[in-house]
Amino acid sequence: MSSSSLRWSLFSLLILLIGAGWIWVSAAPNGDATSGRIPAPRQGFQAPDFSLPTLSGETVTLSDLRGQPVLINLWATWCPPCRSEMPDLQATYEAYQDLGFVILAINATYQDSPASLETFVDEYGLTFPILMDKSGDTARLYQMRALPTSFFIDREGIIQEVVVGGPMSPALLQVRVENLLQEAP
Amino acid sequence: MLPILQIGPLALQTPGLILLVGIWVGLWLAERGAHRSEVAPSHLSNMTLITLLSGLVGGRLFYVLLYPSAFAASPRSVFSLSPSLFDPWGAILTGLVAALLYGSRKKLLLWSTLDALTPGLAIVAIAVSASNLASGNAFGAPTQVPWAIELWGTQRHPSQVYEALAALGILVIVLLRQRYSGNRLSGMVFLVYLALSASARLFLEAFRGDSLLLPNGWRVAQLTAWLILAACLWLIQRRRQAIN
Repeated sequence: MSSSSLRWSLFSLLILLIGAGWIWVSAAPNGDATSGRIPAPRQGFQAPDFSLPTLSGETVTLSDLRGQPVLINLWATWCPPCRSEMPDLQATYEAYQDLGFVILAINATYQDSPASLETFVDEYGLTFPILMDKSGDTARLYQMRALPTSFFIDREGIIQEVVVGGPMSPALLQVRVENLLQEAP
Repeated sequence: MLPILQIGPLALQTPGLILLVGIWVGLWLAERGAHRSEVAPSHLSNMTLITLLSGLVGGRLFYVLLYPSAFAASPRSVFSLSPSLFDPWGAILTGLVAALLYGSRKKLLLWSTLDALTPGLAIVAIAVSASNLASGNAFGAPTQVPWAIELWGTQRHPSQVYEALAALGILVIVLLRQRYSGNRLSGMVFLVYLALSASARLFLEAFRGDSLLLPNGWRVAQLTAWLILAACLWLIQRRRQAIN
């Protein structure tokens, strides 16, 4: 072995030892889920909590639904991709509601006309709860930047996926909802 | 965070846009320096295009194969434009296979081609970090340092900025090496780039807030980076011995 290759070997060994030491030092504390349980509208985080009135006058609070998989769909009547994914949302709801699956369709009422809501719901035959965000607070809480935006939330209240834009394809809905339902209650 | 750039009626998805610009600039830079590694510039652009297209198709194909029943119920979903119906590992595998097939058909030399592509990879790495800053991906761990940024509900390390700066430094080293190194041993530009990138990942992963962890708290990305670094150091040694 020449002296330069010996030097290189020693250098490599030193670098790898320092690297291994750094891995050891920078390990996350035991049991720490690094993305954490801070509420934020992002995959891996706790879904921010809200209470909103439904079209029929009741109040729905997200945290009351702990234990059930939830799909939050932010939408408006004037938004074409929102409209075109509604029939698939309804079909998915009908297929999985008996297993505990919930859809909360949050209407961006602060930029929609409340009067057109009931006609819309009748026209599309929607049976899942339609929530009205009159102040826009929930849209802000979920950092809504495009309509529609969907959040797939597991039984623990953790966001498993965010889908910005639409329409979502039926296969996407089926795969995501079945994954949520597969987790033990 | 700037996920959407609004120009009049146009809503541009900033993260994707930054990546596209990165690939474009990276390819331009790689083509400009390709002669130093004795590779025809046209091979680089053809190879990149074929790799990207195959990766795109492969990512969807693998996803369909993973969830056949969902697509049997809704065949039109196979052609849905949704980026969520995508298997990234399938895409990487298909893209790599396509690149290897292209390389072997055109009888490209592996190490020379990798050297020629390296400046492009270095640019794309910067673009990936900038894209992550725009989307809020690859976010940092919570911290109280004065340069912390507000992201996802708390003050965090600007991990994307750390990574962009590291990638910028690595690009400068790669360009200097490609230009001024008297040592024309092929593969060295790429191996040095890979070793530096693995070292940066190993070090900077510690400041990430989204690391995949082993049960004992070790970060998977750091272990992977350590193995890649070890392989690079060994290969550099072997390539050097090969010319002596």
